[in-house]
Amino acid sequence: MKPLFHFHGGIHPPQHKSESAGRGIVPGPLPKRLVLPLHQHIGAPARAIVKPGDRVLKGQMIGQPQGPISAGVHAPTSGTIHAVGLHGLPHPSGLHDLCIELWPDQEDRWIERQPIDYRTEDATRLLDHLRNAGVVGLGGAVFPSAVKLNPGPPGGVPTLIINGAECEPWITCDDALMRERSGEIVEGILIMRHLLDAREILIGIEDNKPEAAAAMRKAAAASPFPMEVVVVPTIYPTGGAKQLTQILTGKEAPSSGRSSDIGVACFNVATAYTVHRAVNHGEPVLSRVVTVTGNVGQARNFDALIGTLVPDLVALAQPRDDTDGFIMGGPLMGHRLPSLDVPVVKAMNCLIATSPALFKPAPRPMPCIRCGRCAAACPANLQPQDLHWFAKAANFGKAQEYALFDCIECGCCSYVCPSHIPLVQYFRHAKGEIWAREREKRAADIARERHTVREDRLAREKKERAERLAQKAAAAATPTARDGAATQSKDDALRAAIERAKAKKAEIVPKNTDNLPPSTLSEIEKIEARRAQLRKAATKSLDESED
Amino acid sequence: MTSPYITQPTSVNALMLRVLGALIPAIGAYVYFFGPAILVSLLLASVTALLCEAAMLKIRRYAAEAFLVDGSALVTAWLLALSMPPLAPWWLVVVGTAFAIVVAKHLYGGLGSNLFNPAMVGYAVMIVSFPVPMTHWAAPETLAAAHLSFAQDLRYIFAGILPDHLKLDAVTMATPLDTLRTQLKLAHTLSEIRRLPIFGTVGGIGSQTVALMYLLGGLYLLSQRVITWHIPVAMGGALALASAVLHGIDADHYASPAFELFTGGAMIGAFFIATDPVTAPTTPKGKLLFGAGVGVLTYCIRTFGGYPDGVAFAVLLMNMTAPLLDAYTQPRVFGHAEKETPRGTPQ
Repeated sequence: MKPLFHFHGGIHPPQHKSESAGRGIVPGPLPKRLVLPLHQHIGAPARAIVKPGDRVLKGQMIGQPQGPISAGVHAPTSGTIHAVGLHGLPHPSGLHDLCIELWPDQEDRWIERQPIDYRTEDATRLLDHLRNAGVVGLGGAVFPSAVKLNPGPPGGVPTLIINGAECEPWITCDDALMRERSGEIVEGILIMRHLLDAREILIGIEDNKPEAAAAMRKAAAASPFPMEVVVVPTIYPTGGAKQLTQILTGKEAPSSGRSSDIGVACFNVATAYTVHRAVNHGEPVLSRVVTVTGNVGQARNFDALIGTLVPDLVALAQPRDDTDGFIMGGPLMGHRLPSLDVPVVKAMNCLIATSPALFKPAPRPMPCIRCGRCAAACPANLQPQDLHWFAKAANFGKAQEYALFDCIECGCCSYVCPSHIPLVQYFRHAKGEIWAREREKRAADIARERHTVREDRLAREKKERAERLAQKAAAAATPTARDGAATQSKDDALRAAIERAKAKKAEIVPKNTDNLPPSTLSEIEKIEARRAQLRKAATKSLDESED
Repeated sequence: MTSPYITQPTSVNALMLRVLGALIPAIGAYVYFFGPAILVSLLLASVTALLCEAAMLKIRRYAAEAFLVDGSALVTAWLLALSMPPLAPWWLVVVGTAFAIVVAKHLYGGLGSNLFNPAMVGYAVMIVSFPVPMTHWAAPETLAAAHLSFAQDLRYIFAGILPDHLKLDAVTMATPLDTLRTQLKLAHTLSEIRRLPIFGTVGGIGSQTVALMYLLGGLYLLSQRVITWHIPVAMGGALALASAVLHGIDADHYASPAFELFTGGAMIGAFFIATDPVTAPTTPKGKLLFGAGVGVLTYCIRTFGGYPDGVAFAVLLMNMTAPLLDAYTQPRVFGHAEKETPRGTPQ
């Protein structure tokens, strides 16, 4: 039995796992349209390599990875590319980004799959294969796995941690995957171990998933390389990579560094599964297991095609009539979907249907009484009561001193606060403000630098002009007969030059609003009108408040 | 609204109610040993506190409903009433409570913003301004020369009238700490003094049981995680340690640790007053230092100072250090080195 360590704080929210757990993974729908965002991962977005009208096969790459950190995007089924354009993403801001819309032909015809033998394949080619297959961290961070699997310094990464903790309430997609596909997860782990040259493999699973742990133990026992399934206590946020690393190894990832600095690499179980599919079967990431639960009649885990629109998926779970929205992810770190017209993406592990009864609105906040429950619950060992004070007072320097940026936004502090203060919102706001100020400061620095350079240049030019004039004056001291005519032609030349410059300027500096379709122009006009109104309203309220 | 979307079903109100509940055993013991007059002061303090709270909320334009039911004013009222002599003119507890709520709480910014413990400010103001009525403590029922009925209690509290031929001395008595101080000045040794009828097995007759009930209430608060162990343990420990040293050197003139812990305001101070989260530090180390400071200061004021008990002044003095203690005792953040840049520069 491996000795376990523990991290500071943590909470025990109601788990709500039984609603969807143990009911098997059900295939998701094969809908009439799929919307595939080109930017589903951390790093540079993939570049669309298809155009409307193209016919594509299942597994065919449609978005090519670009830059050092990126991942490919593939057609989850066969069909026709309908459009490449902006579509809403499952992002808290309702962000729109470039997506490829695919209309499936319902034939689901595969491209020719090319499995590779990882034991004999060159590491660089293997990593390239994973990058092209779109393998990213499926725990929620969607960081391209090929980058993380590239161990860098010789000697590799000694400890490989596989994260099956799944600590957020409601979510059971990893649980389901471990119960049903433990053998394939272990295959994926072996590939990762090979790449990292890890000497120790630890699979961390919370003790509320005994079936998953048993399945993983059984599969691990059959593995040619020893791996240990470690059952860890159920306490949120055990599933945080840094927290799980600390529980299993007692090591803390440095605040300003990476976990590889302490010889650890941590991957989600679902990522291991997709590594196996990509390498041993030549299948890129086309689907993922999504828990659909909450205020629904049939909470289930669906193996949903990436790009499936949310309404197509959740319909299968039969949302109840009083459903007023969906949370993507868990209730502690997830976010409400501002619109349902968004696709399933690689980061989407769970959709929770909400209703006013199931997720009661938080009571009105009271003042902080400094009870310190937040500090006791904080896994980063921060002092949220102080950070809250600094954030509220816009004392951002102080907030940074008190390690605001070590906040992982896990929500433990907000959860335990007896005054119901939305602490995490305060911290997000403060971080946003600090980022905005740094951007402004950088911009101001650049402007200042440019200004100095310009001043210098003007001074230099002035000096040079003065010198030239002085030389001319010296030359004029010896007048010639052609003097008058020369002045005349010089004036003409100057005028002509000015005219030329003007024309050129008008020609080469078009406004960015030129050459736009009338619909866009009218939209811009509307926006400008709204802005003017807002500006007016803002100045008015300012005037009033000054009175 | 962004995440998290769930919160623990708890509230300020629930915390305060638990504090009030934890005081009930001690109040029961108080009534049993010293008569029902304390109930009158509790009621007077509660009504005054709620009225002052409502008035101040109105003046400060706060939504009165949410704050009136938060229970914090009642906690202040009860702690103050329990710190003052029950057999006293009605205005004593009323003025003390009003000062606590209006000045110490609301003028400093209200719930969560006050620098000093309001109940202790109220107590300190009253003992400095009205030292005589503040030292007329009810005698334990078993020792008193005469007994007052509840009606007679009320007549004295509200009209200042005692039954015929009865003097206040017949129903009041010096506290154990007071007795100890006067008798020591009269050059008696501790063992002689402890034989006086007012003393029980560890502290004073009656008051030692009340102290025990405070201890039980405090343990309940600990079990409910309303308070943490740091401040009570540090305060009790420091008080016990300081008294143990001097008691060890000169047992004839310095009381034992057990006596110090079970007399006066030590227990209520350790579990209910010094643990007020608003006015205490929040870091574990800060709480330990704070508690130890309260303990040592309490002992010093009791032993060398001019007042019979020192808990109130010790708490107020340490309240001033809370921001500093917090700033200098910040725990190590996850993933940071042990000694990094000193984050704790005071404001």
